[in-house]
Amino acid sequence: MALNLGCTARPGTSRENKTGSWRVFKPEFINDKCTQCGMCVIICPEGCISMNEDGYPVPDYDYCKGCGLCAEECPAEAIEMKKEEK
Amino acid sequence: MTDEPCNLFDVGHRACGGCGAALAARLILEAAGSNTIVVSSTGCMEVFSTPYPETSWRVPWIHSLFENNSAVASGIVASLKKQGRTEKVIALGGDGATVDIGMLCISGAFERGTDFTYICYDNEAYMNTGIQRSGATPYDASTTTSPAGKCSFGNSRPKKDLPAILAAHGAPYVATASVAYPADFKKKVEKAVNTPGPCYIQVHAPCCTGWGFEGEKTIAIGKLAIETGLWVNYEMENGEVTRVKKVRRKPVEAYLTEQKRFRHLFRPTKNDVEIAKIQQIADRNAERYGTDIVLKK
Repeated sequence: MALNLGCTARPGTSRENKTGSWRVFKPEFINDKCTQCGMCVIICPEGCISMNEDGYPVPDYDYCKGCGLCAEECPAEAIEMKKEEK
Repeated sequence: MTDEPCNLFDVGHRACGGCGAALAARLILEAAGSNTIVVSSTGCMEVFSTPYPETSWRVPWIHSLFENNSAVASGIVASLKKQGRTEKVIALGGDGATVDIGMLCISGAFERGTDFTYICYDNEAYMNTGIQRSGATPYDASTTTSPAGKCSFGNSRPKKDLPAILAAHGAPYVATASVAYPADFKKKVEKAVNTPGPCYIQVHAPCCTGWGFEGEKTIAIGKLAIETGLWVNYEMENGEVTRVKKVRRKPVEAYLTEQKRFRHLFRPTKNDVEIAKIQQIADRNAERYGTDIVLKK
């Protein structure tokens, strides 16, 4: 691999690395229980959860590693971790 | 799907699932904004966020050695000043890079009054290289270089109090924070980058791999550290403690039993002597910073 001048990298290129393949348990978001507090968006270590137009959280499963932090911290228990069949 | 989330610290980094430091990185940039230059010394955060030729950073970012993080940041600050530019400079280091290896350069930069913010993500050992003890490893934690066994209860020395050392340099703003309280942490970062002069924040970043707990517990462990008094969230302005997070304290066992690095204190039998010593550390913290909530009668 050839190195760039100063070994620079373009911003945000880690997007090429789809960390979602690491996942064993998949968080499922239950909008009926969701209070739209945004806690999961704030604490996701990946930063891969965003709010949709209706104010509900939507995870980006391409990058979600399935750590389960969102499910653990959700005050409304609106996120369930389910084993993922691949 | 919604619009692609565009974080200044982007997805696709190689941190363990549930990594406290990865969360810290994102919160730091959310608080500091895009007008920021980040200097990052070697460590977990540098390794997992920038495997060449990829990077998770969407702000100018430079990798320094363990030792010279603050010196590189000082150079950038000087250059920006000469050019009349307004970017904020943040130096980021793990606890190893901060309290052990980079100490000299940090002290130098603080002495010179360099206008930058140093943020240490404190995961309490050298996690990147395989959990060796650092100066920030708490008393009795088992690491690969302070293993618990027949003749040892783990790390035999207390945690180095770097915030106090840097406050003694005359730093205008020194704070400790925890990823378990993201809003508080962001407020502190914002305050630090907007305070002229050298500011320091040490953020407690639980490490599921190194401490031995499930990744989903990162926030819970961070909260327990504060609730037991083994970590204190406070702000120091010009050497005086101005704000402290008050808690109704739990016994330290609540924190210790959750982590494998303290497992030897409970197996094969509970080691009351050592646990009492750790409780003493928590009691001292509570007394020193006045963290206990006192009910008025």
